[in-house]
Amino acid sequence: MKEIVAIIRPDKLENVKAALEEIECHGLTVTEVKGRGRQLGVTESYRGSDYRIDLLPKTKLEIIVKDENVENVIETIVNTAQTGDIGDGKIFISPVEEVVRIRTGERGEGAV
Amino acid sequence: MADPILNSGDTAWMLISTALVMLMTIPGVALFYGGLTKKVNVLNTMFLSIIAFAITSIIWVLYGYQFAFGEDMLMGLIGNPANLLFSGIAVDSLATLAPTIPTTVYIAFQMTFAAITVALISGAVVERMKFSAWLAFVPVWLTLVYVPVAHWVWGGGFLAQLGALDFAGGTVVHISSGVAALALVLLLGRRKDTKLLPHQLGYSVIGAGLLWFGWFGFNAGSALTAGGLAGSAFIATNTAAAAAMISWVIIDYLKTGKPTLLGAISGAIAGLVAITPAAGFVTVQAAVIIGLITSVFSYFAIAWLKPRLGYDDALDVVGIHGVSGLWGALATGIFAAPFINELGTGLLYGNPGQLVTQIIAVVVVAAYSFFVTLILGKIIDITIGLRVEPKEEIEGLDTNLHEESGYRI
Repeated sequence: MKEIVAIIRPDKLENVKAALEEIECHGLTVTEVKGRGRQLGVTESYRGSDYRIDLLPKTKLEIIVKDENVENVIETIVNTAQTGDIGDGKIFISPVEEVVRIRTGERGEGAV
Repeated sequence: MADPILNSGDTAWMLISTALVMLMTIPGVALFYGGLTKKVNVLNTMFLSIIAFAITSIIWVLYGYQFAFGEDMLMGLIGNPANLLFSGIAVDSLATLAPTIPTTVYIAFQMTFAAITVALISGAVVERMKFSAWLAFVPVWLTLVYVPVAHWVWGGGFLAQLGALDFAGGTVVHISSGVAALALVLLLGRRKDTKLLPHQLGYSVIGAGLLWFGWFGFNAGSALTAGGLAGSAFIATNTAAAAAMISWVIIDYLKTGKPTLLGAISGAIAGLVAITPAAGFVTVQAAVIIGLITSVFSYFAIAWLKPRLGYDDALDVVGIHGVSGLWGALATGIFAAPFINELGTGLLYGNPGQLVTQIIAVVVVAAYSFFVTLILGKIIDITIGLRVEPKEEIEGLDTNLHEESGYRI
């Protein structure tokens, strides 16, 4: 099992959710987050004073999937969340040791 | 001299104007300022304007109007409060200073001016002033600063006798509030986070739109009749606001290469402020010049002077109302045209003395408002305390002072 953490543009969330549903990936946790990448944010100017906004609003998805579904989910997210411009986000994949469904106490891949 | 008979056209226009000026404070100023603050302070910022309107409404009818517009006494310093607690004001009596409309309508119209003047000050002190201190400040400032100044300039007091011109409040409203704002922020000190990063610029655009709209009641209403002078003031007002907006956008282009919406609405407000004292005295051509120039002064004050002097005028009340109000008052002395209004002849039409009178009025009102506000603020600081606790300032005033928050998500 793997955990896929995807940081995407907030306005891409609906598209990504719909695309993941189509490949039967239903379970996900969504958080509104702020962050920055190599470009260090953007500059805004208010009444003649410049401010660097270096933490931009992003949306974080956390998805636990079976090993064989990892590539499919990554490909789906990349295809739907990509604009080609700076700020599209990143995907991180880590191993998951165990999953427990609280309602039944069930463990392992069946609980994903 | 107008015919001292009630004129229903004038009365209708003044009732509408009164409602228009009311709209400038609630929700005009409240939205304009509210959008510019951090989202943890949006409700507190709006509350300062709204409560100022309520407090002023009571003070004005009980004694404010009477001292400001009562018959002159004490050598032009204050009006005779013959009608305290609204007693003796007959429903069908006509206003002394506007003899074609009822006294009651004139009182209501002037009340809305007092309310917006004190609400304007709040923009400088937002994000760190105690609400309780504001509740104490509003009635005392109105009583000690606004009421006497309104009498001096509009109520037949010594500046009026000197010939000072202020059609709709450049000196009474904008200079007195802009300078008071400066005095208060000097006492309050800088916020922990002094950035102007508007949390919801859309509110400010709506607020500025309502201000512009309401300003027609403010300036054209100050003709006190529904006639040619009101029309002239109306068109001068709109023209100056438009010119100042364009001017600010050009400055933005020249300075940064990009026009900003906040700059555009700031310019419009600066233009409206600058034309206020002049609206019923100057030509449309003069309104263009007044508007174009005022953005230069206000922009310079906000983007250059303020950071160098180091005072923390949160939403630029000093830079926009103080500075553009000052320019407008002086411009009135320069551009007042006798063929627009026989009461005013400025420098350009052969009366340099008018400019001198304007300078005297500006200096007197600015100095008076500054020092009285400073003393009043100091007394509030010692007794109630002016500034919130550091923890409250960092976490935001909405939840800490009002147990409310503007946004649930």
